[in-house]
Amino acid sequence: MNAQSLFSRYGLPLALAIAIIGWWEWSVWYNAIPPYKLPSPSGIVAALIKDWPVLSVSMWVTLQTTLTGMLLAFAGGVALGVLLGMFKTAENMLFPYAVVMQVTPVIAIAPILLMYYSAPTVVLMTAFLVTYFPVLSNTITGMRSTDRGLEALFDLYGASAWHRIVLLKLKTALPYILTGFRIGGPLSLIGAVVAEIAAGTAGAGSGLAYRIIESTYRLNVPRAFAALLLLSLMGIVIFYAIVFVSHMMLKDWHESAMKKER
Amino acid sequence: MSRTLISLSHIRKEFANGTVALEDLAMDVREGEFLSLLGPSGCGKSTALRLIAGLADVSSGSITWPSGGSAKSDIGFVFQEPTLMPWASVTDNVYLPLKLKGLSRADALPNIKETLDLVGLSDFAHVYPRELSGGMKMRVSIARALVTEPKLLLMDEPFAALDEITRFKLNDDILRLKAARNVTVIFVTHSVYESVYLSSRIIVMAARPGRVVADLAVDAPYPRNEDFRATAAYAESCKAASHALHGAMAAHDHM
Repeated sequence: MNAQSLFSRYGLPLALAIAIIGWWEWSVWYNAIPPYKLPSPSGIVAALIKDWPVLSVSMWVTLQTTLTGMLLAFAGGVALGVLLGMFKTAENMLFPYAVVMQVTPVIAIAPILLMYYSAPTVVLMTAFLVTYFPVLSNTITGMRSTDRGLEALFDLYGASAWHRIVLLKLKTALPYILTGFRIGGPLSLIGAVVAEIAAGTAGAGSGLAYRIIESTYRLNVPRAFAALLLLSLMGIVIFYAIVFVSHMMLKDWHESAMKKER
Repeated sequence: MSRTLISLSHIRKEFANGTVALEDLAMDVREGEFLSLLGPSGCGKSTALRLIAGLADVSSGSITWPSGGSAKSDIGFVFQEPTLMPWASVTDNVYLPLKLKGLSRADALPNIKETLDLVGLSDFAHVYPRELSGGMKMRVSIARALVTEPKLLLMDEPFAALDEITRFKLNDDILRLKAARNVTVIFVTHSVYESVYLSSRIIVMAARPGRVVADLAVDAPYPRNEDFRATAAYAESCKAASHALHGAMAAHDHM
């Protein structure tokens, strides 16, 4: 990458961020806005450092449940997708229910689940619920996208069902599955946060979303913003981690991971 | 006359939509011959190949292997497209048939290397298909079909999508490979010139319904090379095949 494209890729967004944060900092100072109305960026960072013992524990709680829910959804979505992709009858029977679970707003399900399960369990469940569907439907599409010629080749050599799944169908489906991960992964954080908010202060949870609510009740606004900042960072890290893994898995052969040459 | 490798009799193939692809098709394929199925599109030549390979079922009639052998273990198939797995290297693509037969990669490697050598791709063993030209992809496909050392190699218009230079080169290669591996070949094509250049026998087919209309021997001896295209025998055979082909086509048929 040359200097010019480096600047436009990283320099420009960075310059914009510096400008906005600078203007924010200056306005808070110039207008003497009290921190319980709007904290300054420096105030947020100060809160982040001061409250780190509390916030880091909360971040760990949210991160743990989010990642657990996400990984369970990845595994479950792929497993169910393989099944439904292989057997049309199974798809006809089960897919409508998968859709129902997907289209029902998770924020409406959370309070109901909270009547039956503990808050951490519900956080895990909602993270799972919002994540599995993109993985499932992408896996099904991928399983159905095998090259007819390669299918014929597997027929010719009398391939076993196992070989057909592992060597042909899953390989074909991989780019689709990874796209499902990329859509579903960041959603898991939304699912977790929604459940933490639904559980609210009544819940025994102590995740980051819970910290935000608690902090606003106490008018500790800088801490609320600090918790929000951590949530954003978590989302970014999750998204780019998936993008990175996906790139590593496809870089040798798939067009989407190729550099254009001209 | 050499032994019959595979024998088709009274083959009828009707598709679910009612189209009759083949009607009362009969042919004997003799061991060691290079047989071309020549005909216009829709004459069922590709269907015949798929039936022989066991990739489709006959509606009636029978396919037998009089000298022993079976579609499962003794056939290599080269499709119209290279149909390579984009996620696997050249080596792993060629390894596939052996892997499906349960051979470990280490055990298969000498055979894979030798076959890649034969098609002239030793230097590209670790390359992915997307980095290869159309002709090279087709060579990988041929290597994959040959790696199991089949008795019978089925080729379904394998060079139709390639440019003429590559096609002539691959024509010579396939003759060389056939001699080296002593394999029987059934080659589907709609090119008169290609079929004459390659074959020891040409079966001309007609469409609606698919059937055999002529069975022509091409007597010129192997090995053949570019000089063969300039001989009177070549011209004579091309004329005979063209004539049979046009006689087979009704006025409303298209090539």
